[in-house]
Amino acid sequence: MKKIFKVMLGVVMMLLMVNVSKADDKELIGAGATFPYPLYSKMFDVYYKEHGIKVNYSAIGSGGGIRQLKEKTVDFGGTDAFLSDQQIKEMGADIVHIPVCMGAVVLAYNMPGIKTLYLTPDIVADMFLGKIKKWNDPKIQKINPKEKLPDTNIVTVHRSDGSGTTFIFTDYLSKISNEWQSKVGKGTSVNWPIGLGGKGNSGVAGLIKNVPYSIGYVELIYALSNKIPFATLQNKSGVFIEPSLTTTSKAGDVKLPDDMRVSITDTDAKDGYSISGFTWIIVYKKQNYGNRSYERAKTLVNLLWWMVHQGQKYAEELHYAPLSKQALMKAENLIKSITYNGKQIMN
Amino acid sequence: MGKNQQQQKICYVNTGPGQKPGVSKFFKKDFLFKFILFFSGFLVFLLVLSIFVSLILNSVPSLKEFGLKFFVSKTWDPVFEQFGALPFITGTLLTSFLAILITIPFSLAISIYLAEFTKHGFYPGFLKNSIDLLAGVPSVVYGFFGIFVIVPVIRYLQIKLHIEPYGVGIFTASIILSIMIIPFSSSLGREIIEMVPAEIKEAAYSLGSTRFEVIKYVILPYARSGITAGILLALGRAIGETMAVTMVIGNSNMMPESIFSPSNTMASVIANEFTEAVTSIHLSSLIEIGVVLFLVTTMISITGKIIIKKFAVHQ
Amino acid sequence: MENIRKRILKDRLFTLIVIVLSFTACIPLLAILGFIIKNGISSINLDFFIHLPKPVGEHGGGISNAIIGTFIVVGIAFVIATPLSLLAGIYLAENKKNFFSDVLRVGIDILASIPSIVIGIIAYLWVVKPMKSFSALSGGIALAIIMLPVVIKSTEETLSMVPDSLREASLALGVPYFRTILKVIVPAGLSGIITGILIAISRIAGETAPLLFTAFGNPFMNLNVTKPVNTIPLVVFNYSTSPYEQWHKIAWAAALVLIAIVFVFNFLARIISKKWKTKF
Repeated sequence: MKKIFKVMLGVVMMLLMVNVSKADDKELIGAGATFPYPLYSKMFDVYYKEHGIKVNYSAIGSGGGIRQLKEKTVDFGGTDAFLSDQQIKEMGADIVHIPVCMGAVVLAYNMPGIKTLYLTPDIVADMFLGKIKKWNDPKIQKINPKEKLPDTNIVTVHRSDGSGTTFIFTDYLSKISNEWQSKVGKGTSVNWPIGLGGKGNSGVAGLIKNVPYSIGYVELIYALSNKIPFATLQNKSGVFIEPSLTTTSKAGDVKLPDDMRVSITDTDAKDGYSISGFTWIIVYKKQNYGNRSYERAKTLVNLLWWMVHQGQKYAEELHYAPLSKQALMKAENLIKSITYNGKQIMN
Repeated sequence: MGKNQQQQKICYVNTGPGQKPGVSKFFKKDFLFKFILFFSGFLVFLLVLSIFVSLILNSVPSLKEFGLKFFVSKTWDPVFEQFGALPFITGTLLTSFLAILITIPFSLAISIYLAEFTKHGFYPGFLKNSIDLLAGVPSVVYGFFGIFVIVPVIRYLQIKLHIEPYGVGIFTASIILSIMIIPFSSSLGREIIEMVPAEIKEAAYSLGSTRFEVIKYVILPYARSGITAGILLALGRAIGETMAVTMVIGNSNMMPESIFSPSNTMASVIANEFTEAVTSIHLSSLIEIGVVLFLVTTMISITGKIIIKKFAVHQ
Repeated sequence: MENIRKRILKDRLFTLIVIVLSFTACIPLLAILGFIIKNGISSINLDFFIHLPKPVGEHGGGISNAIIGTFIVVGIAFVIATPLSLLAGIYLAENKKNFFSDVLRVGIDILASIPSIVIGIIAYLWVVKPMKSFSALSGGIALAIIMLPVVIKSTEETLSMVPDSLREASLALGVPYFRTILKVIVPAGLSGIITGILIAISRIAGETAPLLFTAFGNPFMNLNVTKPVNTIPLVVFNYSTSPYEQWHKIAWAAALVLIAIVFVFNFLARIISKKWKTKF
């Protein structure tokens, strides 16, 4: 009996000792989108090395980021789906959307031997609605004369978790297909008519890579780093555009609203890629909630300022489009609007 | 003399100065100790009750909104805020039942061997140790093994059979589940078979039966109710399994069309969507599924145990 | 005599089938061990245990934070669950035919059959929400709830096997009740109790589901129990479902470490149960 007590005492002591480590306004917690995760992962690693601040970001999907910010269990959320007015009301306080970069949602596919694939908006919608079932459907074959498409069923892959990437994709589909708009709609989590579900951009990429004759939507970097081919998509102006850093930037070259809550899918830009989107960090505008300290709010704001300035240089090599001058200006204003006890934090 | 006989058992040990004989000076400490014991038990009981109450309270929003329709509706649509749990109930039932079907011959074989064949020797020792080790492997490792070893095999089979080469799906999840419940169901089965009274076995042997005949005509019929209960308890285990299933079931919220379809179980949909349910109705729907899991596993566990108790007493 | 031969043949055939089936059931274990050892061993080196994970796509990195994290949550669960379950187990062993004991036993069976993901929901509602933060503490509490029924049951069983004569002898000598229990009965059953605790620990060390939304995971080392923490099973889960080769390798090695931990505890439990067992 004594022995057990001694062991327990030892464990308790250890835990207590371990716990006396400093209160950490030197550590920030974030959660959300998997879309920018490779970039954030790199950014936060560099930030830790340069500034000694740990940023613990968990890629649980944009839905998760929004929810955890609502529950105030995180300092910031990452999302590629901006909040609607209704959602902001449900948050209970004003939310600031800081854009960090833009990315492209590509249609990655797995068809051995097929090197390029051209798709039109209608075909994409019909594939995910289950109306076009085979790869060698005449509609697809017609715009891909050079490739002999296989006579197999199409397996579509989508997100099983609440995702901003899904939001961007379904936002696009709702714009170009009335049937999609009424049957499925847009959101971070939708009722997919068919297909397999993968967790996170990485889960979807993993599934596409391993399931023959599948097609799914992922952020560009996930397709590139896993060497998965992706489709060239016809845009609003009728031009077939290959998703890339450049075409994504072009898609974002439109007039941006001050609060940066904007969708740039189905862009009017003539050589822009149609399924592009911003990704944001969302925080509460008034940082003095709960028992947040001023130091913690300041650490957060400094991180945000760094992300839209020095952090931007890591975007390109990971194939994310850095913020344009216009977007950067809006971002700076938004960061400056964050207050603590009524006073602006960033000066 | 009669009444005073009781008072004769006066103890003089452990009485302190100034204390009445018969009252141990540790009386208070004993009382306190017994109270602490009781209180610990009470706390545990309170814990179980609070878990149930907590779950119910937090699922009230979706209970009010959907009522009984929740259990028969096929739509799980976060956009239009329509939540129906039928796809997950179906997925759970299909995977669990299939897993039980697959596991029965193997678990039964192990139980029979360990209960009726040689008890000491290399092979029984090997068997026992393997099963114990199998029981210790964490669920997530099973899932991991499933993803990298079983899924490609199933995919290969599916390509050969000209069906969608998902690899993941209900069938794959059932296979992994069946492996996971082997230790539990075989040890339960063995206990049941060992409860069969020696007299009737020996009577059969003395009449000249072979071991096979004793097992087939004496032991199994006798142990039937116990074995059924064992299957029931194993089912309860399979229903609650989360990690391994989430990793190989394909994560689709649609009603499954065949055993090769991707699907979701009640446990796996909670694991997938809990951290991300943005609206309170989505969250409470997930918690309501948690309530269903709680109730189903509780009922199965209690029923199974009652049957086994009856069986054990019945001799 | 034809009939006899048929019957003997059936018996032999049956024996063969039983042996084949039971052996087949062990093959998955050998396969799991084989694959994990083969794929994991190449990534096991000192770095693996000492270093933190690297960002996506970069080589190297280890799981030091997950190893420490596992210790922390298991430690918390141990501290919370052990005293309570020992006391409750003693109560049940000492009060076998009480109405409340029967009710309690049913309650403990119910607790044992609750899926671990539902326990995760409870820990989220009771700890994460009020604290407004994911934390090692909430993960530890979830694991403690899972550990309770296991240790209570094994304590009760062990102590029930201690013969009444021991207790009665002690009480007859005038030893007060509480000392009888603490110094006579419990030490007699110590090996069984410790075995039960070790097995419970090896079980919770491998739990993932309840930690998904309590401990949450953390790419950095964290020693503070009020903050999120990473654990080895979480690493296996997160990395195995990713498409990065680099992370898969780490997942294999982490699975190997996890299995090694579980087996060591099981082995310890078995030795203790044999060597320290008091015979009556």
